[in-house]
Amino acid sequence: MPALPLHEAGKYVAGAYIVFLALILIYVAIMAARLGRLQRDIVELSELVDRADLGNDER
Amino acid sequence: MSAVGALLRKDLRLELRTRESVPAMTLFSLSAFVVFHFGLQRSSLDGDLAAGVLWVTLLLAALLGVGRLFVTEREEGGFDAIRLAPVDPSAMLVAKALTLLSFLAIVQLVAVPGFGILLLGPSLLPALPGLLAVLALADVGIAVIGTLASALAVQTRARELIVALMGLPLLVPVVLAAARATAPLFSAGGASPPPLRWLGLLGLYDLVFALVAYAVFDYLLDD
Amino acid sequence: MHGKALRPGLKPLALATVLTLGGAYVLAFFYAPNDADQGFVQKIFYLHVPLAICALGGFIAGGVMAIGYLRTGEQRWDLRSYVAIHLSLIFAVATLITGSIWARASWGHWWVWQEPTLVSFLIIFLLYACYQPMRFAIEDPERQARYAAVFAVVAGAFVPLNFLAVRLANPLVHPRLLGSTGSLPPSMELTFVIAMVGMALLWVTLWKYEITAKQTSMQLRALKRRLAERAEMTLPAPAPRRSSAPRPTPAARPAEPVEL
Repeated sequence: MPALPLHEAGKYVAGAYIVFLALILIYVAIMAARLGRLQRDIVELSELVDRADLGNDER
Repeated sequence: MSAVGALLRKDLRLELRTRESVPAMTLFSLSAFVVFHFGLQRSSLDGDLAAGVLWVTLLLAALLGVGRLFVTEREEGGFDAIRLAPVDPSAMLVAKALTLLSFLAIVQLVAVPGFGILLLGPSLLPALPGLLAVLALADVGIAVIGTLASALAVQTRARELIVALMGLPLLVPVVLAAARATAPLFSAGGASPPPLRWLGLLGLYDLVFALVAYAVFDYLLDD
Repeated sequence: MHGKALRPGLKPLALATVLTLGGAYVLAFFYAPNDADQGFVQKIFYLHVPLAICALGGFIAGGVMAIGYLRTGEQRWDLRSYVAIHLSLIFAVATLITGSIWARASWGHWWVWQEPTLVSFLIIFLLYACYQPMRFAIEDPERQARYAAVFAVVAGAFVPLNFLAVRLANPLVHPRLLGSTGSLPPSMELTFVIAMVGMALLWVTLWKYEITAKQTSMQLRALKRRLAERAEMTLPAPAPRRSSAPRPTPAARPAEPVEL
């Protein structure tokens, strides 16, 4: 098959690189979601520490 | 060595008594040939197509039998027993692989002539010596991989599924080489010997995975 | 296990990745010439082949790390192996997609059986796709890690054999349909090498990143548990979430479902 003309070939090349980019961005999004969860956990943790401190103070 | 023999004899005797795997695998093969006849709408196959149909069928029949290989060990405590016995645990691997190999041999004893009668165009007899070589080499590969896959899957919940999902890609090179090796044996113009490169590939595959399986099997037994 | 805030290597690693990979693709589009036969479509080569090589390397690395786990029993090797395989699987999918697009652009079909790389990758993808479901189906964390390691080793040994078999299956009459890794003009070669290095850096960066994230998560869980025990309060039991990711082995902490 002869080489595709530039405007057609461009679509395929762009498609391939965009797929690559999309995969990376999806990964970043998943990591961001995980970070959000970690931060929530840290909030919970600090609450626990506060409660533990209160418990100690009352003793 | 004697441990392997003992285990092998136990499994073979068990199969003889319960007849769980081998009849099913054999019947499956014959049914598959019938299905192929209707699916492909052909009464007679030769060359590439014949080799392909035969090997796909044998492969799927093998996967059928693999699932049950370790089930009794798991349920009846065979794994623990071998850990306690003063025996190299890899003996179980060798025994199971030999068991599977024997099953495959028995199934093929019926399935291959069945194929010759039902679907194969050219005569089976001149192809037989070459075919036996290919069968032997391929069976070893299937037995090793089947044993590994079965051992890996026996602790999981969806056992049969995992075995098939895992086993099929792993066995692609075997099917590939076996089919290519068998095709000239079934050629319409008369059987010609299997090309050496495919036999060589099968041999290499068998060697590599036998070594890997041997090295790795210990870790599959609970401690 | 006491972890550091952020693995010290991660920031410079990420920076190096961006610079190298970005530079590679700038070169690819502004410096490297168009291929004589395939024209502009050949640019995909700088994406597809590095992805492929990194995926394969990653799978084999995963197998080697699994050996490390089997020999030492240290959970961190299991984690490294798991992440390596997980990441390489994604790279493999990317390889298949970009390869398919390339096939379509070059030969008019979304799939060509005669291209050995594509076929090998399909088989390998089908194999490694079993890794997580298999892990997931084993309850006991220590056994799960062990069996996964065995799988990783067997699969790792399979990768080169598979390539050999598929390559043999293609009659030498057919020239390689896609890609021409031999006899490249130097400008293309340079671009390719830089793209390759960049992609490898990307793999390592993502790998380290994922491991750090998982470890942080696990440490946080452990901390939470210890604190709850010390405060003598009953934690509302975290809804046990099924995760196929490696969990800390029971020796280190009580075997509880770890939310990751």
